[in-house]
Amino acid sequence: MYILTLLAKRLVISAFLLLAVSALIFAGTEVLPGDVAQSILGQSATPEALANLRRDMGLNEPALARYFSWLGGIAQGDLGTALTNGSDIADAIGKRLYNTVFLASVAAVVAVPLAIGLGLLAVRFKNLWPDKLISGTTLALISLPEFFIGYLMIYFVAVKLGWFPSVATVYESMTFTERLSAVALPAATLTFVVLAHMMRMTRATILNVMQSAYIETAELKGLSAFRVIAKHALPNAIAPIVNVVMLNLAYLVVGVVVVEVIFVYPGMGQYLVDHVSKRDVPVVQACGLIFAAFYIGLNMVADIVAIVANPRIRHPR
Amino acid sequence: MVNSDTVLLDVRHLQLSAMAYPPDAKPHKITIVDDVSFTLEKGQVLGLIGESGAGKSTIGLAAMAYGRGGVHISSGEVLLNGVDISDASRKELRRIRGLQVCYVSQSAAAGFNPAHRLIDQVVESTVLNRIASRKDAQARAIALFDTLGLPNPETIGNRYPHQVSGGQLQRVMTAMALCSEPDLIVFDEPTTALDVTTQIDVLAAIKRAIKKTGVAALYISHDLAVVAQVSDKIMVLRNGKTVEFDETRSIIEAPKEQYTRELVNVRGIEHEQKVPSDNPLLTIDGISAAYPGTDIHVLKHVSMQLSAGQTLAIVGESGSGKSTLARVITGLLPPKSGTINFDNQQLPPYLKKRSREELQQLQMIYQMADVAMNPRHTVGTIIGRPLTYYFKLRGKARRDRVAELLDSIEMGTGFTDRYPAELSGGQKQRVCIARALAAKPRLIICDEVTSALDPLVADGILKLLLDLQARENVAYLFITHDLATVKAIADSIAIMHQGKVVRYGTKSDVLKPPFDDYTELLLSSVPQMQAGWLDEAIARQ
Repeated sequence: MYILTLLAKRLVISAFLLLAVSALIFAGTEVLPGDVAQSILGQSATPEALANLRRDMGLNEPALARYFSWLGGIAQGDLGTALTNGSDIADAIGKRLYNTVFLASVAAVVAVPLAIGLGLLAVRFKNLWPDKLISGTTLALISLPEFFIGYLMIYFVAVKLGWFPSVATVYESMTFTERLSAVALPAATLTFVVLAHMMRMTRATILNVMQSAYIETAELKGLSAFRVIAKHALPNAIAPIVNVVMLNLAYLVVGVVVVEVIFVYPGMGQYLVDHVSKRDVPVVQACGLIFAAFYIGLNMVADIVAIVANPRIRHPR
Repeated sequence: MVNSDTVLLDVRHLQLSAMAYPPDAKPHKITIVDDVSFTLEKGQVLGLIGESGAGKSTIGLAAMAYGRGGVHISSGEVLLNGVDISDASRKELRRIRGLQVCYVSQSAAAGFNPAHRLIDQVVESTVLNRIASRKDAQARAIALFDTLGLPNPETIGNRYPHQVSGGQLQRVMTAMALCSEPDLIVFDEPTTALDVTTQIDVLAAIKRAIKKTGVAALYISHDLAVVAQVSDKIMVLRNGKTVEFDETRSIIEAPKEQYTRELVNVRGIEHEQKVPSDNPLLTIDGISAAYPGTDIHVLKHVSMQLSAGQTLAIVGESGSGKSTLARVITGLLPPKSGTINFDNQQLPPYLKKRSREELQQLQMIYQMADVAMNPRHTVGTIIGRPLTYYFKLRGKARRDRVAELLDSIEMGTGFTDRYPAELSGGQKQRVCIARALAAKPRLIICDEVTSALDPLVADGILKLLLDLQARENVAYLFITHDLATVKAIADSIAIMHQGKVVRYGTKSDVLKPPFDDYTELLLSSVPQMQAGWLDEAIARQ
């Protein structure tokens, strides 16, 4: 089957990409001045103590050997231990990653259908007031810095109206609805940030498809304007839309640092920032690899959707 | 006075306009169709004929109260079953389009949505408007597929548009139009994009379906010979106005207006056949070629010769390999085996290995003059570039030569500073001819150079090519699917089918019976300017 070969090819490419990124991350932290031993013992350490620690940690091994032992550990789920508190990185990241993905999912579940729906509406009422209102609002929202939106939300929705808590504290014993209520404000902020990009892409691609001859055929069949857009234009605009959606989903996972800090949400972003400032190299490496995996994985999904959505590939001659 | 019970469509003093927004002037109204009136009775077929820009498609779409790019009915009436649809509401229009009037477009390949199965698109408006249940509508569609002579009528609907050939798609689209049992179908050049042998099948299928269902039709085409086969009456249009409106037989056999006479007598070019010389300019010997990276041979051992100052026509349908042969000769596609000799020298198979003289001697003119020119270059630059490239002409010498070339294509120096977008289709093709001539080639490959043009304009281009040949002694390798063009200008003919040359020789030999099966089919498929040709052709086959 042609389609299976295509999909297999795409998977293999992603795997290689991830491997290359892991090498880059490792090399990047390697060329930084100072090493892990120096970070642990501090600037005032004696040369003997440094040499001992380096020997104990295996830092005298060649870089390539250390890279492969690091990679081998990751393959078995061992991300190493944090320098600052000696805790297992995989454990710490596990909870944080869950929180981040939860927040991202809530934001995505609202933002993606909303963005596509608004995009369709904007096409239906092209150059009329609903289109202008949608474009104007979403553009205004994307133009504001996310911390500003976050503080506006806290001031109006949390402080003035008191609907949701301003601090998004989550803990394990929370029920699902409690959790939802806790992340409502950061999720709303994220939604506002990603909405414009996806909505505008939906509008632009569908307007492009609307130039096609088969759209005229559909109009001359007397179909309603909305059916023409949703049934005849949208399926042919899927690939570019999914691409932008996936880029935004990746952003929701990887780029939420500011929002997490504002709402004091215990997610990956905060964890990464904390450990960068403490020069905790193993944690930074692990976080970098996980973020890269999300980017590569989501973009792969976008490509696979584009392949599967193409009837010419799905149903060869 | 016409009988109001039998009149389906009554168009009275129709005027169609749009707003133009030129960058350097105030927006103003332009009239596309003016003062056109006709009546169409139930079950009748009216042919609308004219060149591009005559307003025939615009009138056809006006029967559905639809206008492309802001075109609207600015005055007059369009009465469908006695009701004026020119000011119908959106809701009323949805009860007209797809139900009372349906549309079959020029390119069904572009007109079908690539994302949905054919059957879903065929029954869509029928089911949505509750004319029939999904099941009944599908049964109806299958019966129509059968009437239209589609293979596997039961299952062809489950295919996607890209899985079906162009001629079949055109028939599926006709089935789609018939599915809701409308009163009227607008056929907008439904066979123009098809090969002649496919065209005759589709024409026959459409004619049969019209007869069987008793639907009325507006049949739009630029090809009078085609329209004459299906229409009861014909209206000749030019620049948005009616030239002549009469019974089909009267239009064909006794046209009253000069313009109609020109249309009827199109392709009346006569050309005296030259004798091939013993020392040919171009010798193609045993060429076999495949698409890069595949083993699918699209050319199988092709050989032919062309003498200096003569024309060799390569005739075939899409997929016959005729354009691939042009790519091999120009070096764009190196052959798997075989040689090409030009002027007694073997041409290197790869374009990059060819010398500047070899490139200069062999020029090309394309089907789409539009895309073969840089839209941001002026006509002067387009024609001047080969002069600088091959002959190092600059400044006044180059300007003088450009003026000479413009003169030779009967356009004059006024066009030097114009851009391609400001030219008509025929003028664009003339500029492409001048650009090819600028290199002083000994051979020009003409790839379907007239097939995108209106018949009268195409005639002008052919005449020009013949004149230039007589003056410059240039040879043409003329690639075409159109046998009428071939008769007009060829000295020798090679007929290609599925990558092979099936018949080759001088024009008089090739067009003299007895024919092989394929040549016979090809010749009998060319529409003739006489009423009843289609019925006879079907009977013969």
